[in-house]
Amino acid sequence: MNPLYSELRWLPRPPQDFSTRLRAAASSRDSLGSEIRSLASFALDVNQLTKLAKVIGRACSDGASLDPLVPFRLALLSNSTVEMIVPALIASAARHGVLLEIIQPSYDQVAQEALTPESKVNGSKPDAVLFALDYRALPLKLSLGDAAAASATVQGVIGYLQMLGDGIKANSHGVCIFQTLAPPAEPLFGSLDRALPGTMRSLIDAINRELTGYVFGSGDVLLDVEGLAETVGLANWHDQQLWNLGKFSFSDEFVPLYGDHVARSIAAIRGKSKKALVLDLDNTLWGGVIGDDGLEGIKIAEGDALGEAHRAVQRLALDLRQRGIVLAVSSKNTDSVAREPFQKHPEMLLKLDDIAVFQANWNDKATNIQAIAEELSLGLDAMVLLDDNPVERGLVRRLLPQVAVPELPEDPSGYARTLAAAGYFEAVTFAAEDLKRAGYYQDNARRANLRTQVGDVDAYLASLDMAITFQPFDPMNRARILQLINKSNQYNLTTRRYTDPEILDAENDPEVFTLQVRLADIFGDNGMISVVICRPSEPGAWDIDTWLMSCRVLGRKVEHMVLREILEHARTAGIGKLRGIYKPTERNQLVVDHYARLGFSKVGEDGTGITRWELLVEGAMPESAPMKVASQGFATGAGALPA
Amino acid sequence: MDDAQIYSLLASVFHEVFDDETIDVTPQLAAKDVDGWDSLTHIRLILSVEKVFKIKFTNSQIANLENVGELVALIRARV
Repeated sequence: MNPLYSELRWLPRPPQDFSTRLRAAASSRDSLGSEIRSLASFALDVNQLTKLAKVIGRACSDGASLDPLVPFRLALLSNSTVEMIVPALIASAARHGVLLEIIQPSYDQVAQEALTPESKVNGSKPDAVLFALDYRALPLKLSLGDAAAASATVQGVIGYLQMLGDGIKANSHGVCIFQTLAPPAEPLFGSLDRALPGTMRSLIDAINRELTGYVFGSGDVLLDVEGLAETVGLANWHDQQLWNLGKFSFSDEFVPLYGDHVARSIAAIRGKSKKALVLDLDNTLWGGVIGDDGLEGIKIAEGDALGEAHRAVQRLALDLRQRGIVLAVSSKNTDSVAREPFQKHPEMLLKLDDIAVFQANWNDKATNIQAIAEELSLGLDAMVLLDDNPVERGLVRRLLPQVAVPELPEDPSGYARTLAAAGYFEAVTFAAEDLKRAGYYQDNARRANLRTQVGDVDAYLASLDMAITFQPFDPMNRARILQLINKSNQYNLTTRRYTDPEILDAENDPEVFTLQVRLADIFGDNGMISVVICRPSEPGAWDIDTWLMSCRVLGRKVEHMVLREILEHARTAGIGKLRGIYKPTERNQLVVDHYARLGFSKVGEDGTGITRWELLVEGAMPESAPMKVASQGFATGAGALPA
Repeated sequence: MDDAQIYSLLASVFHEVFDDETIDVTPQLAAKDVDGWDSLTHIRLILSVEKVFKIKFTNSQIANLENVGELVALIRARV
């Protein structure tokens, strides 16, 4: 069983307190519609979908408001048992912003309900009618090798479906949603089943082909259940035991998936499919970090395993653009650095022309996505964010819950498939204008102005359970320290490079204060993310010779916590003053105000842009951040803390 | 897995399926004793038991269960 589909892996896992939250929402009734939508945004199993549907049902019968969910009445006509599916449809619809009401007549009354003007279904005036028909309850007779009889059988079924559709149209004007049939997994002959007329396989193939033909472009909607069943595997889709037990048309394993697919179609009918894809850059569109690895270092080459994975993401983005989905970029990078691969890298598939809005700056992504949405005149609920970083995903989900943010697997090889499987851009119609939509956005790759900060980023950071660990340089970590010192370009104050022997010297010199910093959070261990080297200069002062940090942990006040640690050790060593220097390069514009933000005073500047800063240790009180702090290994050397 | 463990795990399945933490899962417990234990919920219960205990029952086994005690006997034979 491929968990991408059976577990809806693009959706985040439900929290441990799902039931508690559901109960709390049900009793408080405060912004119930939004809370229900949030709870539906997780990958819920049949039991959880059932519970959520019950809460929705109770709220409706109590007359509570479920804004902003948009109401939709769906009649469900089936020749199989659908009771397990109904709650899944209701709860999944909430995930897509729809308040679904299901009209369900008694079992197996399909024709009666469709054709009788005052039937329960027609009388309820549904917005749509879903014909969930199983091939086993249709009059399909084998006529092995008899093409004429086979054709008559097929026409019989098609005629029946058309009659049902005509009945609905005449009596209640609902949109008809027809399903293609999932054929049996096991053949009668073998390969011949597909070729020979009158086998179950070829009968169903013919029915599906004809059905597709007359539904397409008719105003009715096709739900490709055969395609869905093929995707997960016919052998997995069909569950003979369940059919025998109670005429359940497919395995309970796929009830959540089926619910989501029907919900997508309904959302598409209501115009609520997503319309724009916001792309992160580093480790999403290419392997690596452009600011640190440069054009030569990022991975997008054909023939490189990691490169191929990211090319697939770019290719999917291009295909989506071709069908009318607007592309935008939101990246934590210097703008000119972020644009370079689009302009200069020979293996980039995406060009700047393909991107309608290009946001590369150091602000948080929620504020940026808000600005992108405004610039495109689209609602937040029309946006999807593709980002490899779980911290960024969590931030946007928390501050902009209407934006769809798929979970991504560990291996980038799965990124493109996961985005495609999520089906955010489901469409039920296709018109030539759709192809041109992405091109309507003039001034491609423009920047949107940021307005007000979105939401409480600090509260989100506090929820990350961050733990920071400080240690001096040591032999075991020298290789990684060497790598960081020689690889970091963006968050690097002096870009001073060291050789291995030079780091060994710093490690062993009792006068030199060295710091390697590790950060872990709720998503895992980020490893070593910052390096500092302080050297003695004038008496009572330390010169900060090296201060660098991984951009992955920007915006979390790590640098403030690092300064607090430096000050601790400075005090112990009897140091009264810290002196910092900023040496500008092509890549480190980001840190021009690093020392200013940390409370240093500027004491000098020369013509080349080099700035000098000072901070008195006495009385310095840098901001702190909500992190657990561990300081270890400082037994000897500069700044050794009392034992 | 001993009986105590089976009953403990089974209780969590009941609480989840019926959305009711107060259900006391005893050997004599039967469908008539619990609100909402209809044929569909029964199937949902059996499917959940199969998933949680990582076992599979046959249709015949499911069809004739009178009470929880008989269900536990089936589970015991499979875990």
